[in-house]
Amino acid sequence: MAHQVNVFARNQPGRLERLTQVLMEENVNIRAITIAGAEDFGVVKLLVDDPQRAHRALQREGFSAYLKEVIAVIMDDRPGGLHRVCRALGEKGVNIEDAYGFVVQDRRIAVLVVEVEKIPEAEEVLKSSGFELMSDEELYAL
Amino acid sequence: MSEGEFWNPGMELLSGEEIRSLQLRKLREVLERCLHSPFYRQWFRDAGFEPRKLAAIEDLRALPLMDKETLRGGDPRRFLTVPLEEVVRLHSSSGTTGQATVIFHTARDIEAWTELVARCMYMTGVRRSDVFQNMMGYGLFTGGLGFHYAAERIGALVIPAGSGNSKRQIQLMRDFGTTVVHVIPSYALYLLDVFRELGLDPRRDTSLRIAFIGAEPHTESLRRRLEESYGFKAYNSYGLSEMSGPGVAFECPFQEGMHVWEDSFILEVIDPETLEPVPDGEEGELVFTTLHREGMPLLRYRTHDLARVLPGPCRCGRAHRRISRIKGRTDDMFIVKGVNVFPMQVERALLGVLGVGSNYRIVLETVDNRDEMRVQVEVSGELWHGEVRELNQLRRRIVQELRQEILVTPRVELMEPGSLPAGEGKAVRVVDMREHAKGD
Repeated sequence: MAHQVNVFARNQPGRLERLTQVLMEENVNIRAITIAGAEDFGVVKLLVDDPQRAHRALQREGFSAYLKEVIAVIMDDRPGGLHRVCRALGEKGVNIEDAYGFVVQDRRIAVLVVEVEKIPEAEEVLKSSGFELMSDEELYAL
Repeated sequence: MSEGEFWNPGMELLSGEEIRSLQLRKLREVLERCLHSPFYRQWFRDAGFEPRKLAAIEDLRALPLMDKETLRGGDPRRFLTVPLEEVVRLHSSSGTTGQATVIFHTARDIEAWTELVARCMYMTGVRRSDVFQNMMGYGLFTGGLGFHYAAERIGALVIPAGSGNSKRQIQLMRDFGTTVVHVIPSYALYLLDVFRELGLDPRRDTSLRIAFIGAEPHTESLRRRLEESYGFKAYNSYGLSEMSGPGVAFECPFQEGMHVWEDSFILEVIDPETLEPVPDGEEGELVFTTLHREGMPLLRYRTHDLARVLPGPCRCGRAHRRISRIKGRTDDMFIVKGVNVFPMQVERALLGVLGVGSNYRIVLETVDNRDEMRVQVEVSGELWHGEVRELNQLRRRIVQELRQEILVTPRVELMEPGSLPAGEGKAVRVVDMREHAKGD
């Protein structure tokens, strides 16, 4: 299982700057970032090499930060790679609440990060379909 | 325990009838004394009021009401019934809404006031063996010195900590085994965060058992939340500098309203519009006449505080009538879209929503020539599990609660923790930026 750090932030200039500064000073490397926005605020979702440390540092600096469990699936970086993952989940009725992906090795390996409601079930579905899941340590080693 | 339950049983246990006859006797003395004051001589003359003909307490209604404006209307010394040499101290109101008002005290006034506050503190259970940490501002503000002298009078160990410096406050509590505190409720709330930051739990890591939370309107739910978090019993009190300060009305251990010490004050509750008295049980503005002050008595003083008398006897056996929690002030009330709103109602609604952080602010502004009300609420980290959906739900619930409480639908903004001006001291809750509010 992998973790991502979710941070509550006002939708205003300078907030992301401050947030990334905290991570830089903590020597945390960001693998992927996405922002789920509401009207005047957003939730910044960060996949980092050391989520626990990032979480602690952000909390210490006064951010509302939450360590969230996610699934990180390895997929082929070629046409149909993402489709295969989605089909496996869809066939078993697993709903994807949020997802984003990033490339690890161009045209070879990509990672899809998935938020679902029932993580153990989704993990089982993916494993039995032959997908490889990554832990925090494996993401760290990328 | 050899100590009794009452600090001043002779006064505390008077019957309603005894209170009224004592009031009449004391009122006559006060009016006689007022004849030494240039202000009151004129005041009586203008009203055609003959103090020596007073037959019943109700006859006092022939006098006009006084308020802050009356006090500000010139040299405060003209209210004095004694030469200035007799005055040993002055206190002054915070003056946040205008020019400060001054109250002069003689040595006997300070003595009477100290006795009253001691009576209040003793009523809640403060004894000689207690350690009392006074976390209120000292100086011109009456809350600090009022409790300080009263606690010493009881014989408790007093730590005059004053306000602010949160970490030192906690250090003092732990070093000296503080059992009783006097604190502004919003500051008590803020201190909880500091306890948490230090990895401390006030229930486990302090000996606190009693708290006096005053000087700031708060809701029953906030009181209960503080009681649960700290493990103390929190007592609500009522006072104002014009009535000497704290000690006008105080809760007994039953915490069902605040007893007004009617041996020292005549209480009237009036309709703020018609100025006519309202019956017990009905909400109105509190009006007080001092019976215990020689230097600068005040007659029929309007407080602008709205409350009601709780009818019926109290289980504690004291016949001194009880008033409800103050609903709001007629002068901090604001009007949005034609509706009267009190900041306290907003606070009450917010605390009713589980998961709302401690700090909030009300912003009033003009948008397209119309009143808009924004309520900004901090979202604290522990109450959130990382989802946008949760935040949207939280916002909807806050809007709902507010609509129910104040009958206006405000815009609600969720704020990051620590982003609103906070904590230390009296928090500023309302920012009025509306066009018609400018230039005041």
